[in-house]
Amino acid sequence: MPLKTEPITVNIGPQHPSTHGVFRIRVTFDGEVIIDVDPVFGYLHRGSEKLAEERTYTQVITLTDRLDYVSSMTNNQAYVLACEKLADIKAPERGMYLRVIAAELQRIASHLVATGFLVNDLGALATPLMYCFREREKILDLFEMLCGARVTLTYMRVGGVFQDAPEDFWVFLKRFLEEMPFHIDEYEQLISENEIILMRTKGVGILSSSTAINGSVSGPVLRSTGYSWDLRKADPYEVYDRFDFDVVVGEQGDNYDRYKIRINEMRQSLRILNQCVEQIAPGPVRTNSPLLFRPPVGEAYAHVESPKGELGFYIVSDGGVAPYRFKIRSPSFINLTILRELVVGLKLADMIVAFGSIDVNMGEVDR
Amino acid sequence: MESLLEGNSLFRWTYCLLAANEGNSGPGPCGETLRNGLLPAGFEWVAFLIAGLGIVMLLINAFLLLVMLYTYMERRLIGRFHNRVGPNRTGPFGLLQPVADAIKLLTKEDLVPAGADRLVFNIAPVLMIVPVLLVLAVLPFGENSFLANINVGILFVLAVTSMNALAMFMGGWASGNRFAMFGGMRAVAQLVSYEVPVVLSVVGIVIYTGSLSMVSIVEAQRIPFILLQPLAFFIFIAGSSAEMNRSPFDLVEAESEIVAGYHTEYSGMKFGMFQLAEFGAVLVTSAVMTTLFLDGWNGPVLPSHLWFLLKVFFFAFIMIWIRATLPRLRMDQVMDFAWKFLFPLSIINMFVTAVEVLVWNEPTLVQLWFMVGINMLVAIVGVVVFSLIFSRKGISPPRRKMSV
Amino acid sequence: MYGIGLAKGFLVTLKVFFRKPFTVQYPEERLVQHPRFRGEEFVWYEERCTGCASCAKYCPLGIIKIVTHPSDEKPLEGGFYDIDVFDIDIGRCMFCGLCVEACPYDALFMGSGFEEGQYNRRDLVISADRLRVAEKHPSTWYRPQLEERGYNPHKDPPVSWEQVGRENSLTHLSSRPAKIQEYDKRNQP
Repeated sequence: MPLKTEPITVNIGPQHPSTHGVFRIRVTFDGEVIIDVDPVFGYLHRGSEKLAEERTYTQVITLTDRLDYVSSMTNNQAYVLACEKLADIKAPERGMYLRVIAAELQRIASHLVATGFLVNDLGALATPLMYCFREREKILDLFEMLCGARVTLTYMRVGGVFQDAPEDFWVFLKRFLEEMPFHIDEYEQLISENEIILMRTKGVGILSSSTAINGSVSGPVLRSTGYSWDLRKADPYEVYDRFDFDVVVGEQGDNYDRYKIRINEMRQSLRILNQCVEQIAPGPVRTNSPLLFRPPVGEAYAHVESPKGELGFYIVSDGGVAPYRFKIRSPSFINLTILRELVVGLKLADMIVAFGSIDVNMGEVDR
Repeated sequence: MESLLEGNSLFRWTYCLLAANEGNSGPGPCGETLRNGLLPAGFEWVAFLIAGLGIVMLLINAFLLLVMLYTYMERRLIGRFHNRVGPNRTGPFGLLQPVADAIKLLTKEDLVPAGADRLVFNIAPVLMIVPVLLVLAVLPFGENSFLANINVGILFVLAVTSMNALAMFMGGWASGNRFAMFGGMRAVAQLVSYEVPVVLSVVGIVIYTGSLSMVSIVEAQRIPFILLQPLAFFIFIAGSSAEMNRSPFDLVEAESEIVAGYHTEYSGMKFGMFQLAEFGAVLVTSAVMTTLFLDGWNGPVLPSHLWFLLKVFFFAFIMIWIRATLPRLRMDQVMDFAWKFLFPLSIINMFVTAVEVLVWNEPTLVQLWFMVGINMLVAIVGVVVFSLIFSRKGISPPRRKMSV
Repeated sequence: MYGIGLAKGFLVTLKVFFRKPFTVQYPEERLVQHPRFRGEEFVWYEERCTGCASCAKYCPLGIIKIVTHPSDEKPLEGGFYDIDVFDIDIGRCMFCGLCVEACPYDALFMGSGFEEGQYNRRDLVISADRLRVAEKHPSTWYRPQLEERGYNPHKDPPVSWEQVGRENSLTHLSSRPAKIQEYDKRNQP
């Protein structure tokens, strides 16, 4: 006589040590294998899109900082590019180089956070997390030199960057670029060949590239399936077409590939930063645009390669000082749509790791 | 009692003060100075009880203080592994941090959930800490310094420490919480699987020594057994980490998955008991490992108690180092590790040791070093071969296509 | 071989064990801050402020409250307003610095500290009196004239209103100190 079992539904609630923010998942188990996943989010909704309709274009930059609060610079960059497209302005050369430097530093910082928390979810008692955050402190000190704040930066403006970098910024940046490869090697030595991590992440959470493309997934998650798509090469914006760097592509689409892609992307960012430091020339950093920016009537969409995927802003302007419609295409929100295909069939412990390897930021998901 | 009277001067003084009479003074153990104790004749058992309880209370208090010191040491050392400072604000150098933790736990509300089984819920923490304290009875702390030298010492230790599983399951079941039940069941499965390799690895040592008593194991080590039985050492340390739910086997209390496992619903001092039992188990296991593998309290210059403490804290440092570095394994990988990797190795170890003892019955020192060589070779070959077998089949693809 | 990755990991942790800790023991030691740090308190020079309220208009949250009345100093020829209320609520401020960017007269600067915690929410509103008497260590954020001089608000002495601006001469501001004293005397209770 077969044993009658029934599946149970467990609520991994908004307050949980490892859901990367306020995120609620209702999981249905059969024993320890997951058969259904029902995500519930919206706990961090702050109404950014509506608030932006009542603020001027420069004030909206402060709103965009707080979307993906781990990587503020790329949010600023995407929004400012959209505004410049509306009004047909182009930033000066040095401004664009400084933007690229800021964005690549922010990419390293965001990947450090993602890697640290992924290995923390695996149970390594926060040791790699502490090492990653130690390096992130150095990047935040660099940001403090650039714009006076560490996390919510408001560094870019329409028409360029806010202010030029001070003299000691270049000294610290060169020192950081010399030290960082050694630290990345240290993380790799601690994590990449660790048999326990290999056992837990290889072959787990496999995503096929057709599922990813059908789900509009972008960023490291898409590249881990083997499909090479990076906006910095496919649709170059600013001065990215002058740099020589590789697009890091995975093979199988499992958790280990996503972790490895982030580590290698950090190395590529260091390469871009080295080339920036060599190529940058003195000059103005901001065009002469008025303080109260008033674009002509129209609409524009601009996208950048943020550390989590393709971040885009769609702005409709009616000629006033505030945007008429401000829509955010956030990568984490769209990457979450494949959660069910990724997770069904795994065990609970693996689900937490798979969710962590997608690298979701709830500020972006809920806006 | 005779061993206690001879070995332990504190016991002797208290006993004689209370119960000296013509039977045991004179050339007896109480000596010539004490003629008449405080108690009338026929009440020696009272003296024995009082003296015994005094010794035991002293020992347990010292042990619990050491456990508190160990928690402080663990937090500081893990801080250094993380390239930061641990707690250093409460008291000089943060030494009063465990006191602050204890006061915090004592002043918390003692909750019993509504759907819980009250009796079992209340007994589980007690059942967790008692085995840890019981093992102290047979450990030799220094030269001729032990509470009882029973001749089944190591068997007593292994039997008593396997009561952990029962306590964890009681805690998980009695909480009435689904997550706690998960934790309890996982704990029982893990602990029962790891008993087998641990016991078999100790058998190798017992074959060499010829006796189960802890004191005679220490005395029989001419070369420390960590060299003579490297495979047994490896299996014992891996198995004991799993027994104590330490990293990398701490999925029972995995914070990121099922919040806290079998002790989710406990608060206040009952939770404190669980934590005390866990850290006490680390110290006790380190102590057992020193007597079994590192030659107990032997050492050249310093007094023997100090050598014992140093060796215990050396093993505690190794446990903390392992905890700070390795992530945790998944449940089926934990079971694979026990049954497919450690268990065959422990059987191989047992066979090789038995063959060696059969061939060289009374080994001289040169033959002992020869045995060291053979054992090291067997250990390395065994680990390599089994790791290759394990790694090819151990990374089992966990994905099962479910028809949704 | 099975254990090599694990052994490498152990070596890394052991190496880090012997390094000096990265911690900065606050409050005995403090992190070194750059002069451009956007701090919590604000630096306001009343001698330079005209009461134009550009900062209040530019603030995304609307937390600066300015109430002025026209002074008798040639009001129709571009004179200065007398400022009655100038409140900044740092309980809700996000220190974005847009107000500093908006000020055309270099009268408002970001501060340089971060220890402005109070016990009441009411005390978090910085009033004009507090801004007048505070020690003025302005941050060099968006003020290139301070940066060219190499001013470091954490170490150097306070800057007075004559030295803090970008202009070449101060003749247009020469009547200001006397005006402010007269205004204060009129408003003494």
